[in-house]
Amino acid sequence: MAAPGMSRSFDLETLRWGTQLVKRGFAKMQKGGVVMDVTTADQAVIAEEAGAVAVMALERVPADIRAQGGVSRMSDPSMIAKIIDAVSIPVMAKCRIGHTAEAKVLEALGVDMIDESEVLTPADPYFHVLKKDFTVPFVCGSTKLGEAVRRIAEGAAMIRTKGEAGTGDVSEAIRHRRMMSRAVQMVKTMDDAALDTLTDSFVARYDQLNQAVLEDMGLEEADLDAAYAGLPYEELLGGIRDVLGEVRKLGRLPVVDFTAGGIATPADAAHMMQMGSDGVFVGSGIFKSGDPKKRAKAIVEATTHFDDAKLIGEISKELGEPMVGRSADELDVRLADRGH
Amino acid sequence: MQGHVAAPVKVGVLAVQGAVSEHMDALRRAGEAIGVAVEPVAVRTPADLVGCAGLVLPGGESTTISRLLRSSGLQPIVLARANQDLALFGTCAGLILLATSAKHDVADKDIELLGLLDCEVDRNAFGRQKDSFESAVAVEGVGTVPAVFIRAPVVTTVSEPTQVLAKTERGIVAIQKGRILGTAFHPELTGDTRLHEAFLRLCADAARTAG
Repeated sequence: MAAPGMSRSFDLETLRWGTQLVKRGFAKMQKGGVVMDVTTADQAVIAEEAGAVAVMALERVPADIRAQGGVSRMSDPSMIAKIIDAVSIPVMAKCRIGHTAEAKVLEALGVDMIDESEVLTPADPYFHVLKKDFTVPFVCGSTKLGEAVRRIAEGAAMIRTKGEAGTGDVSEAIRHRRMMSRAVQMVKTMDDAALDTLTDSFVARYDQLNQAVLEDMGLEEADLDAAYAGLPYEELLGGIRDVLGEVRKLGRLPVVDFTAGGIATPADAAHMMQMGSDGVFVGSGIFKSGDPKKRAKAIVEATTHFDDAKLIGEISKELGEPMVGRSADELDVRLADRGH
Repeated sequence: MQGHVAAPVKVGVLAVQGAVSEHMDALRRAGEAIGVAVEPVAVRTPADLVGCAGLVLPGGESTTISRLLRSSGLQPIVLARANQDLALFGTCAGLILLATSAKHDVADKDIELLGLLDCEVDRNAFGRQKDSFESAVAVEGVGTVPAVFIRAPVVTTVSEPTQVLAKTERGIVAIQKGRILGTAFHPELTGDTRLHEAFLRLCADAARTAG
């Protein structure tokens, strides 16, 4: 935090990069906006022209990842670099869950925000990236409050619902938003003792590695100091407790909270905004539809004017074919189950 | 202020996209700090702006904000009321929109500059997000304030009657012309409300002009 009045001038000694304020502040500038998945520089330009606040650069949109299967990794850096050159809005890119080296590559490349994403194949079964260590801000998916709080304590500057990416079915995103809102409501009325208990419950997830090792060794007690890739257990506990304290005080997550996963129409976007979302990510929904340019613009307008039903009706007219949807109930692989 | 309790000053925040609630909170806190009752208003349509003594153009994406400023029909009204009875405060993207020109052409980005502050701006002057930073900046008439620069612009040149309020090694970061204020950084992200207090004084001034 800057100490007002401490510094007399704007010089190198007072400059600080990658602070929590700078990282969370970046996410705040995205509020009320639409982040669009793009796979080429041409698509990025279409997204920018349609009024996207940022683009997510990736080789395959979730619908294709789902269709093709296999291991999905960070995109080719040259493809991301081309998109960075093509637009002036921020460019985000995805790394695998827990893949710190991929994240470092993306940071070095100049990506403005990293999405540690369940859409790619998770790399680390135990831990997510320790995002505090980075200068670049991160967005992470979550399905419920515990996941969101853990990600924020690890340093995420933005949270998005996971939804069920690549389906065009918005029901899972709505499930995750409802789970989150209800939990936040409950936290608001908790006393300190209840918050401490909840902290213990949320922090327990980090103990899985220790438990697995203990089982293998036939022992009963773990060295909790090594709870999170070298981060002391006490620090982890304090971090989770601090985030929960912020949630209770603010009555919402202390970081920007978007909806992602399954948004395909302007009305989908408006519905998520009406439910209190700070903005939306649209993955496969735009460039897997019949008229991407028109649909992209309509989703941006619906996100801004989410409470104007008449306008949303107007802009929803003759948008062409929506993406071919798949009901989340019929899936073999549920991406939202990845990560914890 | 006169000896009677004044009606709250209505101050708008352009609410198309970006750090809207942060500005509304900062205006409320600034009002409390200087004893002025403030009613922040989220402005999306021309009707929302009626009765507002001031309007904040927040940070966000300048292309997105510019396009929606036009499609909502707000742009001609803001232009007509600026310099008359509307105080304006642009931060980051908002500053870009207030400028007369940009170093790199912005027409192809579908940004229409309002031309209300006589200056040239350079978008994303510090680089990408990893180059974003926080620091402290000495602002004339306000003092040294904490300043958060996020993919921030700088002002490269200023001409009369627009005045420089803060200059750094990397360029000019705060300017003013009459009741129009612009900063390259984000005062709404810090707890310090002094710039919003200065803006509220300009709003009160504009309200008096409007009678």
